[in-house]
Amino acid sequence: MDELKLYTYIAVFSSFALYFAIAWWAKAGSTSEFYVAGGGITPLQNGMAIGADWMSAASFISMAGLIAFLGYGGSVFLMGWTGGYVLLAMLLAPYMRKHGKFTVPEFIADRYYSKSARIVAVACLIIASLTYIIGQMKGVGVAFSRFLEVDYGLGLGIGMAVVWVYAVLGGMKGITYTQIAQYCVLIFAYTIPAVFISLQLTGNPIPQLGLGSTLADGSGIYLLDKLDMVVTDLGFKEYTTDNMGGTINMFAYTLSLMIGTAGLPHVIMRFFTVPSVQAARSSAGYALVFIALLYTVAPAVGAMARFNLMNTIEPSAGENLEYEERPQWFKDWEKTGLLKFEDKNEDGKIQYSADKEANEMVKIDRDIMVLANPAIAKLPNWVIALVAAGGLAAALSTAAGLLLAISSSISHDLMKGVFTPNLSEKNELLSSRIVMTISILIAGYLGLHPPGFAAGTVALAFGLAASSIFPALMMGIFSKKMSGKAAVAGMCSGIGITMLYVFQHKGIMFIPGTSFLGGLEPNWFLGISPNAFGAVGALVNFTVAFSVCKLTGDAPAEIQRLVENFRIPHGAGAASDH
Amino acid sequence: MKDKQTYWKENLRLIGLCLVIWFVVSFGFGLLLVEPLNTIRLGGYKLGFWFAQQGSIYTFVGLVFWYSRKMNQLDKKYNVEES
Repeated sequence: MDELKLYTYIAVFSSFALYFAIAWWAKAGSTSEFYVAGGGITPLQNGMAIGADWMSAASFISMAGLIAFLGYGGSVFLMGWTGGYVLLAMLLAPYMRKHGKFTVPEFIADRYYSKSARIVAVACLIIASLTYIIGQMKGVGVAFSRFLEVDYGLGLGIGMAVVWVYAVLGGMKGITYTQIAQYCVLIFAYTIPAVFISLQLTGNPIPQLGLGSTLADGSGIYLLDKLDMVVTDLGFKEYTTDNMGGTINMFAYTLSLMIGTAGLPHVIMRFFTVPSVQAARSSAGYALVFIALLYTVAPAVGAMARFNLMNTIEPSAGENLEYEERPQWFKDWEKTGLLKFEDKNEDGKIQYSADKEANEMVKIDRDIMVLANPAIAKLPNWVIALVAAGGLAAALSTAAGLLLAISSSISHDLMKGVFTPNLSEKNELLSSRIVMTISILIAGYLGLHPPGFAAGTVALAFGLAASSIFPALMMGIFSKKMSGKAAVAGMCSGIGITMLYVFQHKGIMFIPGTSFLGGLEPNWFLGISPNAFGAVGALVNFTVAFSVCKLTGDAPAEIQRLVENFRIPHGAGAASDH
Repeated sequence: MKDKQTYWKENLRLIGLCLVIWFVVSFGFGLLLVEPLNTIRLGGYKLGFWFAQQGSIYTFVGLVFWYSRKMNQLDKKYNVEES
C-alpha cells in the first residue's frame, strides 16, 4: 500500500471512529431528544452544527470548481447560499422557535389550521430532501472510489452504515454532536490546502487576502489580473467579469438560492434545538460565521485552481506541456474518465483553448478541481488524505440532517399528526427509527442507481423550497390575516409554475424531448434559466395567496392571536408537541 | 397590548433597514452596479467583484449579529424577554 492510501485510510477511519464514539455517548431516549436534541443546544454549538448540516458535498467539492470555470458568474452561489441566512435570522427562525414545535410542517399545520396544508408541506419537504440526499450519497461513493480505490457500491454501503449508526441511535441529539465534529474536520480539510496554495502563489497565507495580492514570482502583477490575461489569451471570457447569462439571470438566480436556502426544512429544524428565542437569533449569526469561513475561501480556491491548471498546461505563452511529461495527478484523473485529452493536431503537446476545434482538453470535470487541487499544487500526501476525510464529513453530515427531516415529517406529521393520533411516545420513537432506516435504504438505492434526472433535481429542490415553503412561512408570520385556504392555493401555484418552467426546459421528469410547448427558445422568460426560476415561483405564490385571501376572507381571530403570541419572545418554553 | 404593537413596529423597521443593506451590498454593489464599481480597485480586486465574492458575505455576518443585539435590547425595553 502506498503512502497516500495509508494516510487516507487513517484519516477516514479515525474520523469515523470519532463519529461512532459521539453517537454512543449521545443516544436519544425521548422524542424530544430525537427531534430537537432536548432543546438544550447552545447557540455556538448550533452554529457549527448548522454549518455542517448546510455545507454538503456540493459546497465542499463542487462549488469552488464551479467558480473556477464561471469566474465572476460563480458569485451567485457565494451570495445566494449565504444571503439566505440573513432572511432566515430575521424573517423565520426566531418566531418559529417561539412557537416551539418539532417540525416545519407542524408549524404550517398550526398556523394554517389545516391538515391539507400540513400534507402539502410534507410532500414538498420529502421531494426536496430526497433529491438532495441522492447528491450526498453519490459524493460518498465518489470519494471512496477515488481515494481508497474501493468499489463505488461498497463505498456507498460503508457510508450508509456509518450514517445509520449515529442518526438512528442518536436522532437529533447524536446528529448535532457529530455535526459539530464533522464541521471541524471539513473546515480544516478545506482551509489547510488553501493556505498552502495561497502561500505558494502569493506569499500571503490568508487565502481571502492572497486572492487580492500580487504573485510571488517577482513579476509584481496581481493574481487576478494575470488570470484575466491568461484566460482571455486562450479565448475564454475574462475571469473577473464573465457574467453568466446576463444580469437579470444572475439577479434571479441569486434571489432563488437565497430564499431557497431560507426555506430548506432540514436547516430550519436546527433552530428548534436551542433553548430560547435569543439563542435562535444568535445561532443564525454563528452559523453564518462558520459558513463564511468556507465561503470566503472558496473563491480563492477556485481562482487559484484555475490559475494552477492553466500554468501546468501552458507554463508560459506558446510553450505547451508535452503529453508524455504530464504530472501524476493528470494520469490519476484520466483513469477516472473525468479528465480527457485528445491530441487533435498530433504534435504531442497539450493545447487548451476556448476554441472547440483546437481545444485538446476535451473534458475537465468541474467536480475534480477541489479534490485534485492539492495534488496540482504538489502538496504533501497527508493534506490530500485530509481532503478525502473532509469531503466525506460534508456529505455525511448533510445526509444525516436530511434523513432526520424526512423521518420526522413522516413519523411526527403524517403518522402522529394525521393518521394515527394516539401513537404513544415510545412507539413514535420506534417508528421514527424504522422510517429513518427505510429512508437510508431508499437513499442508498437511489445513489447506486441514480435516476436519469438526478443532476437536474438539485435545482428542483431549491426551486421547490423557494416557491412553496419560504413564502408560506413568511406570510404566516408577517401577515396575521393570511388564511389557510389562501396559503395552500399560493403553495400549489408557486410549485406548479416552477415545475412547469423546469419541465418545459428539461422535459417532463427530465426526460428529453417531452417539452410540452414544443421547442421554444432557451430561457424564454426574460432570459431566466430554469435553475433561477424559484424567485419567480415565489412571486407567483405571494400574489396568488394575497388575492385569494382578499376574495375569501381573513384567518379566524384565534389564529390572529396565535400569530401575535409567537411574534414576541415572552414565555417561550422548550420545543414540545403540546 | 399597545406596547406589543409598537414592539412589533420597531422590529419591522429594524428588519427593513437590515434588508435594505442586505440588498444594496449583494444585488446592488455585487450585481447591478458591478461595472462602475469595477473601475475602482481594492488591491488586486476590482471593487464590484470583491463585493460579489467577499464583501457581501462579511456584511451579512455583521448584519445578523447586529440585528440579534438590537433585538435583545428591544426585548428588554418592552419587557417581553423570556423569563
